[in-house]
Amino acid sequence: MPFLSQEQAPVLEALERMKRARLVPFDVPGHKRGRGNPDLTEFLGQRCLDVDVNSMKMLDNLCHPVSVIKDAEALAAEAFGAAHAFFMVGGTTSAVQAMVLSAVGRGDKIIMPRNVHRSAINALILCGAIPVYVNPEMDETLGISLGMSVAQVQKAIAENPDAKAVLINNPTYYGICSDIKRITELAHAHGMKVLADEAHGTHFAFHEKLPMSAMEAGADMAALSMHKSGGSLTQSSLLLCGPDMNVGYVHQIINITQTTSGSYLLMSSLDISRRRLALHGHEIFDKVIQLVEYAREEINALGDFYAYSRELVNGDSIFDFDITKLSVFTRPVGLAGIEVYDILRDEYDIQTEFGDIANILAYVSVGDREKDLERLVAALAEIRRNYRKDSSKMLKAEYIDPVVKLGPQEAFYAQKESLPLEETAGRVCSEFVMCYPPGIPILAPGELITDEILQYIRYAKKKGCQMTGPEDMSIRQLNVVK
Amino acid sequence: MELWFTEKHTANVGFSIKVDKQLYSARSEFQRIDIFESPEFGRFLTLDGYMMLTEKDEFVYHEMIVHVPMCVNQKAGDVLVIGGGDGGAVRELLKYPGLRHIDLCEIDEQVVEACREYLPQTAGRLDDARVSLHFEDGLRFVRGCEDAYDLIIVDSTDPFGPGEGLFTKEFYGNCYKALHEDGIMVNQHESPFYEKDAYAMQRAHKRIVESFPVSRVYQAHIPTYPSGHWLFGYAAKQRQPVEGVDFVGWKQLGLATKYYNTQLHAGAFALPNYVEAMLKDVEAHA
Repeated sequence: MPFLSQEQAPVLEALERMKRARLVPFDVPGHKRGRGNPDLTEFLGQRCLDVDVNSMKMLDNLCHPVSVIKDAEALAAEAFGAAHAFFMVGGTTSAVQAMVLSAVGRGDKIIMPRNVHRSAINALILCGAIPVYVNPEMDETLGISLGMSVAQVQKAIAENPDAKAVLINNPTYYGICSDIKRITELAHAHGMKVLADEAHGTHFAFHEKLPMSAMEAGADMAALSMHKSGGSLTQSSLLLCGPDMNVGYVHQIINITQTTSGSYLLMSSLDISRRRLALHGHEIFDKVIQLVEYAREEINALGDFYAYSRELVNGDSIFDFDITKLSVFTRPVGLAGIEVYDILRDEYDIQTEFGDIANILAYVSVGDREKDLERLVAALAEIRRNYRKDSSKMLKAEYIDPVVKLGPQEAFYAQKESLPLEETAGRVCSEFVMCYPPGIPILAPGELITDEILQYIRYAKKKGCQMTGPEDMSIRQLNVVK
Repeated sequence: MELWFTEKHTANVGFSIKVDKQLYSARSEFQRIDIFESPEFGRFLTLDGYMMLTEKDEFVYHEMIVHVPMCVNQKAGDVLVIGGGDGGAVRELLKYPGLRHIDLCEIDEQVVEACREYLPQTAGRLDDARVSLHFEDGLRFVRGCEDAYDLIIVDSTDPFGPGEGLFTKEFYGNCYKALHEDGIMVNQHESPFYEKDAYAMQRAHKRIVESFPVSRVYQAHIPTYPSGHWLFGYAAKQRQPVEGVDFVGWKQLGLATKYYNTQLHAGAFALPNYVEAMLKDVEAHA
């Protein structure tokens, strides 16, 4: 292998060489560098269409990388402290699924917190593995589920010594981290693989003020949303592997579902973003931390709103907190997070990442400017002045312990019937119900529907959460197992 | 040799002034600042290539943004000027003997420095003891104020540059909070004529209507601004801009003005039909 350094971007450089070669394209894509679709070229730009090309010798092939993609992946692995890295073009969903499918098969058990992203449970529908849920503790005030405590994981392992893997959110959408190092040691001591959903933690490897990355903790695999804090294009992600993974097998798993026409727009964005993070990551996240810390201080000075941070850390279920996350607790203002989210967008032209029952999350990155944060703070001040109301009647989100009656695959493919939501209590759900974002299931296939869950769904619908999952998109009917 | 400054008022319309020489050019943290000397308009200041003021016609803008609200509330003592680093609004305000204090909040200190050096016609009174200068984001400054001012003058650039945050609902709402019970806010309100300016004008009006019980618009003729037809926003918690205003009292103050007079004050609120229609259009949706 030729000498590689983080200053290089092999995929980018190959695309530049390809442009200079002025090839006559008798291959796909059919737009032929945009000439065949002038409207699209006008909208996206010639430079973009010039590099929307297919795999070819000089550009390597994502399904079987031997040259520039292989080099780019090697550089990504080095930058993130992994033994191997895969470029993923189907979003972090595909990375999470590849991770789960690589670690467990039909009937195998996998230990995971219940507040996983839907993609993890979807993987279980595909492979037929059985989830063992660890109750993530709930912060009663904030109404958010936290990380897994080490003792709970220990208990799950003791009760399920045959489990094959443990999945960890590092961090949750809200920025909360479990003690990933100890959980990893524990899992490894029992011969289990450790998989980290690091969709919201791409930046961890680049700053000492941030929580420990999964690779540093010794995890076996991690799925990273480069397109979130890493700065690449939407849908581009990384799957990282530790030294004990069989890379060839993981690659086979990825190729079962990944496209054979990997987008060079996405791959070059991964390559360029990796280079940027490797060379400038520290200063980038210095800036982000400084912006968020400023906004947090100002928001907390407004009153009622609570932008939380490290003070939540309790050494266990909140082992660490990602200080680049600007999560704001809204309930003391008398408004659900989703209501603040809607007011910000409709009245103040400010789009935040999501609002749940009691929190909003403003996603802050290096692309933000101080004056934009001023707008957010000023708008929250105005919302407090104009919309503040009594908060005593608001629903407190509580952790609803799921009762798993069937494995997700069995429930999803079972004989089922569609019932009006109100008549489903006591039945076993065969589909997902969730607010999106954040995309954490309220109900997953195979779980018992209870009155408490139905009450939560009604409240979330009333407050304006966007509910997704069921076949009936209006969420009036639910599919239950016959 | 001929040297011309051109500002594109739209993609298809250019406005050019023959230039003798460039006196100043710098790029600050926020924008590019230029000052030119011209035979027709005297010295003029541009920010990011957009005309801010010329020595020849700045009196129109500064008199109209100051004397209209000051005539409505002649007892105004505490005034906040946001933007206005050229000092023109401050100069007009200081003509009022009853004025106690002016806070000038300008985001770009370099604009003030440049104007002090090259545009003493407007910046000459910034050292007055009644004036405090604050170099920070206007949105941030006003957020910290409550029930503090009789008048807020928003003398901003267009909503496409550093002045962006000063055309938002959160900003107008924060201004409302920063004003006394009978407070007034006036703002640079763009132009109704060209499409892009008109859109900004409508958006600003909608946001102000949502924030203040009294919200009106008045006009002036400013030759060096796009189309020459320029608008100001008048917003208040209680005071109407024309009805019940003590015009006689203002005349007795005996202030010397070149553009403003009390008949013009009343007349400036009479707008062309197409402008009224644009305002009504957004008021209906506010």
